[in-house]
Amino acid sequence: MGEPGTKELLSLDELEAAGNARSGRKHILSILVENKAGVLTRIAGLFARRGYNIDTLTVGPTEDEQYSRITLTFDGAMHSVDQVTKQLHKLINVLKIRDLEPADTVARELALFKVAVEGAQRAEVMQISEIFRGKVVDVTRRSVIVEITGTTDKIAAFERMVRPFGLIEMMRTGEIAISRGRGET
Amino acid sequence: MRAVDAIMECLKAEGVEVVFGLPGGANLPTYDAFVDAGIRHVLVRHEAGGGHAAEGYAKATGRVGVAFATSGPGATNIVTPIVDAMMDSVPTVFITGQVRTDLLGTDGFQETDTLGITMPVVKHSFQIRSPLEIPRAIHEAFHIARSGRPGPVVVDIPQDLSRADITYEPVTDLNLPGYQPTTEGNTKQIRQAAKAMASARRPVIYAGGGVINANASQELSEFATSDRFPVTCTLMGLGAFPAPHPQWLGMLGMHGTRTANYAMDEADLICCIGARFDDRITGKLSEFAPHAKFIHIDIDPAEISKNIPAHIPIVGDCRNVLRKLIKEYRALEGVDTSRTDEWWQKIRAWQEKHPLRYEDSTDAEIKPQYMVQALYEASGGDAIVTSDVGQHQMWAAQHYHFAKPRRWINSGGLGTMGFGLPAALGAQVGCPDQTVVCIAGDGSIQMNIQELATCSQDKIPVKVFIMNNGYLGMVRQWQELFWDKRYSHVDMGSYPDFVKLAEAYGATGMRLTDKTTLVDDMKTALATDGPVLVDVRVTREENTYPMIAPGQPARDMVG
Ligand SMILES: Cc1ncc(C[n+]2csc(CCOP(=O)(O)OP(=O)(O)O)c2C)c(N)n1
Ligand SMILES: [Mg+2]
Repeated sequence: MGEPGTKELLSLDELEAAGNARSGRKHILSILVENKAGVLTRIAGLFARRGYNIDTLTVGPTEDEQYSRITLTFDGAMHSVDQVTKQLHKLINVLKIRDLEPADTVARELALFKVAVEGAQRAEVMQISEIFRGKVVDVTRRSVIVEITGTTDKIAAFERMVRPFGLIEMMRTGEIAISRGRGET
Repeated sequence: MRAVDAIMECLKAEGVEVVFGLPGGANLPTYDAFVDAGIRHVLVRHEAGGGHAAEGYAKATGRVGVAFATSGPGATNIVTPIVDAMMDSVPTVFITGQVRTDLLGTDGFQETDTLGITMPVVKHSFQIRSPLEIPRAIHEAFHIARSGRPGPVVVDIPQDLSRADITYEPVTDLNLPGYQPTTEGNTKQIRQAAKAMASARRPVIYAGGGVINANASQELSEFATSDRFPVTCTLMGLGAFPAPHPQWLGMLGMHGTRTANYAMDEADLICCIGARFDDRITGKLSEFAPHAKFIHIDIDPAEISKNIPAHIPIVGDCRNVLRKLIKEYRALEGVDTSRTDEWWQKIRAWQEKHPLRYEDSTDAEIKPQYMVQALYEASGGDAIVTSDVGQHQMWAAQHYHFAKPRRWINSGGLGTMGFGLPAALGAQVGCPDQTVVCIAGDGSIQMNIQELATCSQDKIPVKVFIMNNGYLGMVRQWQELFWDKRYSHVDMGSYPDFVKLAEAYGATGMRLTDKTTLVDDMKTALATDGPVLVDVRVTREENTYPMIAPGQPARDMVG
């Protein structure tokens, strides 16, 4: 066989194309960028003009003020993660991109739910919130606001539970994610 | 020193010998600095002309081309050259003036969001926010423009900041932690590529503009001739391999030779070097090169497996990679050079059966193809040739054989009409001792004809040959072939009178209509001092063939 280290020639049939396959799953990209004006515009613009759909996007400071961290999720069934990351890497202000492995990642999102409640329903909603380790952060005679932190799935599950009561508003931050263990993300 | 004087010092430190531009309010301070800077400035008549001149200069010399424009309309006028430089990977730096910082965001006079407008079409851009940032931004702009995959970089400088007093110190380091182009190429992969090439029975080398950008033409020839690999080049790669040559298949793609396209169609291994599988090359993607495996060598990792999945991807500078590839190839044992005999028989048969051909006139009428052949002969085949966009561009690519790199300068990716004359101007400034010729379209030339004044004033002796068919010819061809010959707004009549126009601009005007004296008349034009504009009247309705019809596979070429 035409292994790199040997003198034997290659059979072309052995070659397999690498590259732009679609993974078919959700991807969380953790992108370390220079903290400079316009960086977010460059990233958002890149996604828009290449036709990549962003599902969620968060930006925030890091432990080093020179850099910001962007966490971005998108659907790997729609786009090749390979192309997306390579195009992102072409941006001069992008330092590092990690396509986070779900199993090795702690991902969290914050959501605020404003739920319509009348009478006994309030206790019911508060009970559900407790099960989800949510916090009731505002109460009026006809509504409560619940704060939930967790994975996207957990938040979606909570949403399903409270929607029947009358979901007045829901706001979500989009996920941030960090790799498990001692190493940097 | 004044920040504007620091700008001049930065340009000198970067080795800039010429700037193309046109002043306005927002860059008045910068233009004041030009008075004493000792840097040549060519005053163009339209900022687009300046931008394309910078591109022509860069493509002809391999150095970074520089263009200046003022804010607002000046900046919007250079957007087309910026996009053009992005699409064709031309190392260029565009320095734009901006309104004073206290006016920013107020819709001030001639304010425009230059960074925002150009963001999607630049390799990078810098918005200056403090005068102290200027030297570093300019230094890094040049570094980014010329390294890795070259491209345009914009530096936008507010007027008030350019007037500030700063202490200038040359910047020699870089602070670009996110920018580290891979240039070496993975050795294992290169060895794999060598082995694959050695066992391919129907190999083709498909080379593009990246080979020219990397100054790797010598290495390309060396690799191709280290065995008998057939070579084809893209429109942007012409000259990377010395045509004519026994291993040369001609250009590939939409108006390439049948031989080149058929070879791609039947190849078992395609070695793509510094090219990017553009739709003008592949035709119908799903039927492109159906039997082939792909080696893809490119400095830009994002090009690899973008359109065509690569079997052996190699990220690196074409010259570095080719040098290693040559070494690896030579080190292989047991390479059977006769394995491509059958392949070559097939290729020779195609070449014999399908040479580039056209029906010549039987009278004095000048066929457009003949016009290019005549110019090839009159110029000794050794001119720097720029072109506009359209049929004449394709005929120039087909019939002028480029034996050296940086001799063929055209707008490929963007297809910008009006590119030819200013690009020729820039090329001539960069190469004063060369003959610089522009093969222009009668439509395209009118999009930047004003630069003839620049040529006259600055004594830039470009020779422009207008292939005058009285039509937006390429569009007319598509209307004829694909829209039932319903001509819609493609006939330009015989306006303007190019000879009079040339004279009005202070250039020499000539009109040529006779095939029998064409070569001699062209020699006369080439020998005339100063800029010359030659109106060559050609057959009005001639089609550019052969052709891969849009969306069709290469094997179904027509014409
Ligand atoms: C700025 C711009 N506008 C429109 C086009 C579309 N276009 C492509 S070729 C062509 C015709 C060009 O006519 P001419 O310069 O006379 O060249 P010919 O095809 O006749 O040789 C046009 C209009 C273009 N490429 N660029
Ligand atoms: Mg025309």
